[in-house]
Amino acid sequence: MNDQRNTTEIVQASIKRRYAKEKRFRLYGLIAIISSLAFLAMLITTITIRGLPAFTQNFIQLDITLDQKTLGLGDEPDISALRKANYNGTIKNSLLAEFPDVTKRKDKKLLYKLVSKGGQYDLQKKVMADPELIGESMTVWLPVGDDVHTYLKGDVDITLPEKKRRFKDIQVGWIDSLQENGQIAKRFNKTFFESGDSREPELAGIRGALFGSMLTLVVTLALSFPVAVAAALYLEEFAPKNRWTDLIEVNINNLAAVPSIVFGLLGLAVFINFFHLPRSAPLVGGLVLSLMTLPTIIISSRAALKSVPPSIRDAALGLGASNLQVVFHHVLPLAMPGILTGTIIGMAQALGETAPLLMIGMVAFIVDVPTAITDPATVLPVQIFQWADLPEKGFVEKTSAAIMVLLAFLIVMNALAVYLRKKFERKW
Amino acid sequence: MTISLLLLVIFILVALGYTIGRTRAVKRFRSAERERRPHSLPRYYGYLVALYTLIPALVVIVLWGLLESSVLTSMVSRQLPEDIQSLPEGQLKLVINDIKNLAVGNISSSNSDPIRMEAADHFSGLLSKSRWAKGIIAIAAALLGMFFGLRSIAPETRARILVEKAIMIFLIACSSLAILTTVGIVFSVLFESLRFFGKVPFSEFAFGLHWSPQTAIRADQVGSSGSFGAVPIFAGTLLISVIAMLVAVPFGLMSAIYLAEYASPSMRSWAKPLLEILAGIPTVVYGFFAALTMAPMIRGIGESIGLTVASESALAAGLVMGIMIIPFVSSLSDDVITAVPQAMRDGSLGLGATKSETIKKVVIPAALPGIVGGVLLAVSRAIGETMIVVMAAGLAANLTINPLEAVTTVTVQIVTLLTGDQAFDSPKTLAAFALGLMLFVTTLILNIIALRTVRKYREQYE
Repeated sequence: MNDQRNTTEIVQASIKRRYAKEKRFRLYGLIAIISSLAFLAMLITTITIRGLPAFTQNFIQLDITLDQKTLGLGDEPDISALRKANYNGTIKNSLLAEFPDVTKRKDKKLLYKLVSKGGQYDLQKKVMADPELIGESMTVWLPVGDDVHTYLKGDVDITLPEKKRRFKDIQVGWIDSLQENGQIAKRFNKTFFESGDSREPELAGIRGALFGSMLTLVVTLALSFPVAVAAALYLEEFAPKNRWTDLIEVNINNLAAVPSIVFGLLGLAVFINFFHLPRSAPLVGGLVLSLMTLPTIIISSRAALKSVPPSIRDAALGLGASNLQVVFHHVLPLAMPGILTGTIIGMAQALGETAPLLMIGMVAFIVDVPTAITDPATVLPVQIFQWADLPEKGFVEKTSAAIMVLLAFLIVMNALAVYLRKKFERKW
Repeated sequence: MTISLLLLVIFILVALGYTIGRTRAVKRFRSAERERRPHSLPRYYGYLVALYTLIPALVVIVLWGLLESSVLTSMVSRQLPEDIQSLPEGQLKLVINDIKNLAVGNISSSNSDPIRMEAADHFSGLLSKSRWAKGIIAIAAALLGMFFGLRSIAPETRARILVEKAIMIFLIACSSLAILTTVGIVFSVLFESLRFFGKVPFSEFAFGLHWSPQTAIRADQVGSSGSFGAVPIFAGTLLISVIAMLVAVPFGLMSAIYLAEYASPSMRSWAKPLLEILAGIPTVVYGFFAALTMAPMIRGIGESIGLTVASESALAAGLVMGIMIIPFVSSLSDDVITAVPQAMRDGSLGLGATKSETIKKVVIPAALPGIVGGVLLAVSRAIGETMIVVMAAGLAANLTINPLEAVTTVTVQIVTLLTGDQAFDSPKTLAAFALGLMLFVTTLILNIIALRTVRKYREQYE
């Protein structure tokens, strides 16, 4: 009797401590989740804050006289002369006309930096489209230089001594006076989506990388989808249980966990050094990525096939269908939504992959937009990697903006996968 | 004739074969008496003819592709003057490469000598001839196949069985590709590694304490011999992985426990997918974040309390990598924890244990093998993770266990060694393959152990 009361007392005494422990434990779990999610939020906000300015671009309004002398053109210029004409000179002249009191060479150099090097290409395009413009004066909006963009964004600390910053006081004065006259405007940055890579941050765009990614993904999908579905069908529906199929299964599970860079080494040694396929091409990138995504798609396709109830198979067999007819006419169509979901997730994984593509030389500096799967190309994640390495400040925002585009694609793909799963989900 | 045009023609022929085969089967069997009923449905005869058309053409194209380059090369090199032909093999190869590049137009022809120009013309002539020949022979093979296919349409022909056999072979071939990939990986890293160990002894690689792979281009240059002691690299990889696991395991495990045991179904339904977003973010984004935000932040904090922190500290890379792995650990442990039978929990709760005591004393011990398996998979992922460390960890191979210093990892070295310009068989590039071999073997062993443990655990409760 005495003993029992003792036990109760002991329990009673300890119960407060145990409940406190319980509470603490629960709190730890909550903290773990909240801090992980907080990190996610932090990651996305910092990148958005950094990247948003890259979607707009500032323009300067200038009166430009396209006189033949400055352009260096004869009376009847042909196309190549038009292409090579000195458009930069006309821009410089108009800047000097805007600020007539600039005379020192050093100041002139600073003045010319107000307009981006891309300005001359804009002029070139206009003149090539309409050669009648030569000799005329016109008002154009030209993109500002990188330093001006940084200043207008508010990223230049003008309280610093002048020597310590790239953007000088005199330039600040010019920009402020232009702003007062309404000669500076902010617009949507079309260049970012319309041009390829460049060494100048304000001219660099992601079009080349986007097309490279698209071509690579097309190759990946074309190769990995049929092969993965075939493999899953065999393993799930037909494979006898023997050593060979066991070996295949172990292999697939292992390949799913092999580091992606190893697939890059495989691509380099086999596709490039042995088969002599072109370096940096979406073809090789697609081959490597499809080998990498195969296990993912196979595993999810098998899960989808497994969820089709055996009664469907039995019914079809009972009506006299052959084994393959059962699978291709009944099981596969029913499993298709699940297979497609897995495929989309595999493709999203392939879209974000960088390391194996570095191995097969997709890191080259490529300005042209690729049009075929054998053209040298780069892809969006690799472009991000390259830009992240560049020292110019302008590239930080370009990198963040490119990341935003990449994440947007991934979100769309994953949302599509979730939608497909929800829409076609069937409870048997 | 380009390859895409050829494939298009073949495709049209295949479609044609199917249509003709099918209509012919329909026509021929319509009038057949009952005793001579055909074995299969008409469309299987169509498939059969299509296969008869496709397979010979594909065989021709593949064989041609395998043999073309070597045959053409030997034909061109036979045409070259004696003095070039008698060059040593390596130089001859260079000359032939030049010629090929000239022929394709990769290098401009202005500054090349006439012999090469002539050979290049010869080569491009041969190449275009070879392409035409390939196209014509492939199409002829397809037509011949179609002819035989059409001849074989008869009631006795077991078309469906034949077609199904062909499909089955295709299915088996596709599933065997997984084995082929593994074999390909093993051979590609193994061969180059063996060549590397022919130049650098294995003992130096495995036990050497100094890593500086910069080999000089000329042998007589000062400091030309690179040293390939990989211990600092292994140590660096280990250090960063340990930091990552120190973040990922507690956070991942606690999240999994909370989601599986405490969270309401509605919270589970939004918190789980949100956590999984962390796993879906490309690693290059984490790398950018680690290099640009995390590293300066850690540096700032360190300096404010009087520590010297390298700008590419192992801590920054490891922390971010750990965060990336959290969802990996949490979803694997979540699966394992929910698989523990409810009866075990009920027993413990019935004896008066609190929920946390039940979790700590009953659920976790029961789930431990599965959790360990998951953690091992996470470790293998941390070791093989590339972009975060390439962007946020250093290049210098320091042998240190101080997480505030810069260290380098196996993957970083592979990337730096292979993205530079170097002759392919220099020890520098070969070293990358040796590191790749180490990486592959380590992760393979970890994966096999992990998958075994997880599978055994599953069987225990199923």
